[in-house]
Amino acid sequence: MIANRLQKIGHQTLSTISGFGRAGIMLFGAIVGKPDFRKGFPLFIKQLYVIGVLSLMIILVSGLFIGMVLSLQGYNVLVKFGAEGMLGPLVSLSLLRELGPVVTALLFAGRAGSALTAEIGLMKATEQLSGMEMMAVDPLRRIIAPRFWAGVVAMPLLALIFNAVGILGGHLVGVEWLGVDAGSYWSAMQANVDLYQDVLNGVIKSAVFALVVIWIALHKGFDAIPTSEGISRATTQTVVTASLAVLGFDFILTALMFGG
Amino acid sequence: MSDVLVDIQNLSFSRGERVIYRDMSMQFVRGKVTAIMGPSGIGKTTLLKLIGGQLIPDSGNILFDGVNIPKLSRSALYQARKKMSMLFQSGALFTELSVFDNVAFPLREHTRLSESLIRLIVLMKLEAVGLRGARDLMPAELSGGMARRAALARAIALDPELIMYDEPFAGQDPISMGVIVRLIRELNNALGLTSIVVSHDVKEVMSIADYVYVVADKTVIGQGTPEQLRADPSPLVQQFLNGDADGAVPFHYKAAAYEDELMELGK
Repeated sequence: MIANRLQKIGHQTLSTISGFGRAGIMLFGAIVGKPDFRKGFPLFIKQLYVIGVLSLMIILVSGLFIGMVLSLQGYNVLVKFGAEGMLGPLVSLSLLRELGPVVTALLFAGRAGSALTAEIGLMKATEQLSGMEMMAVDPLRRIIAPRFWAGVVAMPLLALIFNAVGILGGHLVGVEWLGVDAGSYWSAMQANVDLYQDVLNGVIKSAVFALVVIWIALHKGFDAIPTSEGISRATTQTVVTASLAVLGFDFILTALMFGG
Repeated sequence: MSDVLVDIQNLSFSRGERVIYRDMSMQFVRGKVTAIMGPSGIGKTTLLKLIGGQLIPDSGNILFDGVNIPKLSRSALYQARKKMSMLFQSGALFTELSVFDNVAFPLREHTRLSESLIRLIVLMKLEAVGLRGARDLMPAELSGGMARRAALARAIALDPELIMYDEPFAGQDPISMGVIVRLIRELNNALGLTSIVVSHDVKEVMSIADYVYVVADKTVIGQGTPEQLRADPSPLVQQFLNGDADGAVPFHYKAAAYEDELMELGK
């Protein structure tokens, strides 16, 4: 009984570790080596459009609403202390440091990550990856690499857009609706937000999340069992694993950046 | 230049615990259509993947044009693959590209030909399979038989030396079956290809193959020209050729004795 359970734990540990190994090998094969810009660049641009530009809508709308809600909730607390002039820093710092990178990463995992996993899983199931290999074209370089780079470039940009729209949303509710002074909203924000400490750290966070989310999404697709059930499971796993990984990394990064 | 393009020597391969091939040898002669037949589930597709270097055997050599595929470095393997192509059972067309772009894909990847020259070659290849008029369709708009023909046009785009067909007749209506049978034979002769056809459609295979291997029980159980094979005394070969339900290959999957299992239920 105990031996059985031990065996199960051991088996699971081993398969997890070998999963990490396969993911590492995949990424290594995709991005290490001589880049071929003539063929690679158009593929990269196309993926940047599919992964980045097509995610803009959800990012814009969510950013606007999260900024508005933040502003509304923040105002209700701050006004009790007569500190509604600090609404600008509250909205902008929450967005830049935490909500921007994290929510963008979660939305990105749901919108682009799941699509990538399903796309690559289906390519595998319909033997397109195999076929490509037999045509002497490396699917890692041709399929995985452009998607990886597009994701890594797109997500920090999306997070910055999310922040900007969120701050505007905060302005909309705080200043236009609730009557906070526009001058204090912006000037307090300017005085309290530091380019390196807040903006840059947020971008670094977002870049790390991008790497994690896109890597998980690509690996889950590439490693999917090529059946309809296998692909559906891989897609679910992408969203769940990537979301949890983002939250875990967020804690670690926050501790490193703002902890001491 | 040797007469044999692909030479499989003492090949053994297993997947996990399951042995697929044990000490199997085969030869594929240049310019001929060689067929591999056998019951389903014995790893015929696996054999093609071994030749293509997508799987590595446990032991044995696979010589392709004199080089040993399993021992090649990655870049040498990719060079060798440019001289072979494979027609997958599903066709494996790229779903996001049109028929034209699918056929142009290997040309654009491996050559620096101008677009006008690529257009010329693609139209020639599509004409050969009778799909020149379908060049702007997407793979989802093609019927199964057309998809396989489009994939065939793509497979011959780079004028390979070897072309491997994985179950080319499976799931085809009689007309597309006839078309594909004709295409395999004609392309082989016209382009000087060497063809390997993996199939279990006895009638079609016997009509086009120059030489046939029958694979079962992890190795070759019969070989020869179609005529020689029909005269083969082995009961296994005869059962396969005639399609008898029971014989050397039993109808029943391996199981405990029937009476015992029924009695056990009653206990």
